[in-house]
Amino acid sequence: MKKIVKDKLPSLWEQLSSQATLFLPVEQDGVVNFAPWEEGDSVNLEALNTVVPPKNVVFPQTETYMRFKVENDKLHIEPFEQNGPYVLFGARPCDVAGITLLDKVFLQEPEDGLYSRRRREGTVISVACNEPDAACFCTSFELEPGMAPGADIMVWDMGDYLLWKAQSEKGEKLTGSVENLLQEAAEEEQKAAMELKERVTAKEAAAAQEMGWDPSGVKETLKDMFDSDIWEQFFRRCLGCGICTYICPTCHCFDIQDYSKDQEGGRFRCWDSCMFADFTLMGSGENPRPTRKERVRQRFMHKLCYYPSNFGLYACVGCGRCVRKCPVNLDIAQVIKEVGGVKSGSE
Amino acid sequence: MAQNNLLLPQVAVVEEISTETSDIKTFKVASQGGGSPLEFLPGQCAMLSLPPVGEAIFSITSSPTEKDYLEFSIKKTGSVTNFLHEIEEGYQLGVRGPYGNGFPLEMLKGKDLLFIGGGIGLAPLRSLINYCLANRGDYGQVDIVYGARTPDDLVQRAEIFDNWPRASNTNVYLTVDVEWEGWDGHVGFVPQYMEEIGFAPENRIAVTCGPPIMIKFVLEGLERMGFKPEQVITTLELKMKCGVGKCGRCNLGDRYVCKDGPVFTYAELLNLPPEY
Repeated sequence: MKKIVKDKLPSLWEQLSSQATLFLPVEQDGVVNFAPWEEGDSVNLEALNTVVPPKNVVFPQTETYMRFKVENDKLHIEPFEQNGPYVLFGARPCDVAGITLLDKVFLQEPEDGLYSRRRREGTVISVACNEPDAACFCTSFELEPGMAPGADIMVWDMGDYLLWKAQSEKGEKLTGSVENLLQEAAEEEQKAAMELKERVTAKEAAAAQEMGWDPSGVKETLKDMFDSDIWEQFFRRCLGCGICTYICPTCHCFDIQDYSKDQEGGRFRCWDSCMFADFTLMGSGENPRPTRKERVRQRFMHKLCYYPSNFGLYACVGCGRCVRKCPVNLDIAQVIKEVGGVKSGSE
Repeated sequence: MAQNNLLLPQVAVVEEISTETSDIKTFKVASQGGGSPLEFLPGQCAMLSLPPVGEAIFSITSSPTEKDYLEFSIKKTGSVTNFLHEIEEGYQLGVRGPYGNGFPLEMLKGKDLLFIGGGIGLAPLRSLINYCLANRGDYGQVDIVYGARTPDDLVQRAEIFDNWPRASNTNVYLTVDVEWEGWDGHVGFVPQYMEEIGFAPENRIAVTCGPPIMIKFVLEGLERMGFKPEQVITTLELKMKCGVGKCGRCNLGDRYVCKDGPVFTYAELLNLPPEY
């Protein structure tokens, strides 16, 4: 394992951004979000979660993929891509897990070329969490706050330095390219990082235990709960604002739209939300999910039942963003509890 | 670049437009160099692109045995379809696909087939009907029950009045919802008419498509006639954007209609949430 002293981080940003677009958690007006780094940006590696997860790096919020021109009755179509190598530095383990869940959707047959190219061109560096907060619950979904198996490089914040571990071929390659800034980590430094990791995981798991809920059986229970009354109580609070889906690292729904000036323009895809009324509204006027009840049910069923049934994993990484941001406190943990995801022995 | 961008359409030409009813037209679409823009199976769909208006998915109504073109029967109902109804022959549009599973051709082999269609719902059935008639030896008796609101709303008139009734071992039963001047055929709703005629379920598969309310009553009627859910096939329509199971809006439970459907047996549908 390697390490980098924090004093050298500005040089690291410079060096990384000279070979690729470097996405970092950048603080602006008190808000931290991932953005392409520029000289003078205020990088914040301490912020637990960015407001928007870094999914927009691999799956941009809007992405033009085609240009067109209509001339009388002739149509010209051209593919359009704005890609290139990038480094995503500072993604939390939950957000890296979110990306691996997106992988399952976009890389399954037929493979989504726009997405797979972005994934191939990027190197993901995850920063372990030292202090998860009360809204975090990644351990409930079998993740570790101190470890991101899906990252190319894992780093642990050890105070004066970051401990650095390459976890993939891409990670090794990037490590080699910044070797001048890295040092070998001593054995006791590695040991200290691993101890910290275990400590944080244990603390987080104990907090989850205290909350008294356990999602593990919910995917089975929910199979028979499509017509359950619980959706009645949950949807009445929902405002249908869609914030939960926009800030969710695993939500992958998108819309496709054209923009144009005169007869020339582009086609893009952009994040969409199952919370919106027109998400499933057809030209005929039919809508299979006409009220917030069907839409709230769809969101939770997708995360906790449908996605697991297709891919074997829950489509929730416990990042806590929806819990923190929902204006009416429609809490996924509460939904899980309500459908029977209660830890035996509690209640 | 972007060789595997699934969302990128190819340019094709609308070779012929025929007016079916006051709000339905059939569009014959071919590659710029001639020939069908894509290979497909009966029951599959394709996405038609009309920049800058947008894109929408339609079932392919022609049979794959017609190699030179794709046909789409399209009802004027939203922004893309309104635009389509304004274009003229020779207009270029984008096509991508095919999408979906298509009808289970192997399962249908050697069976008597009962088609029950309503209105524009004939479009996907027509692909399969013409495919079966082109491979006549592989299938038993073919019965087609088709209806619309009025005689003016019946589509594919040459086929329903002439070609299909003349095909060997094939019966066509037409009906309209209301009495209409000049119509001396049957008057009444499709599901009731189907039961009046009566079809034995032995060695028969029923394939139905139409407005949701019609499908509902057809399914009930078929059950009364002794059809098992496994013998009944329908094809669904939901809002779709990508066509490849990723944009997330056409799911019934864990199945995506664009990819795992649009063709389902009634037995399969009974195991899925009824969000259609």
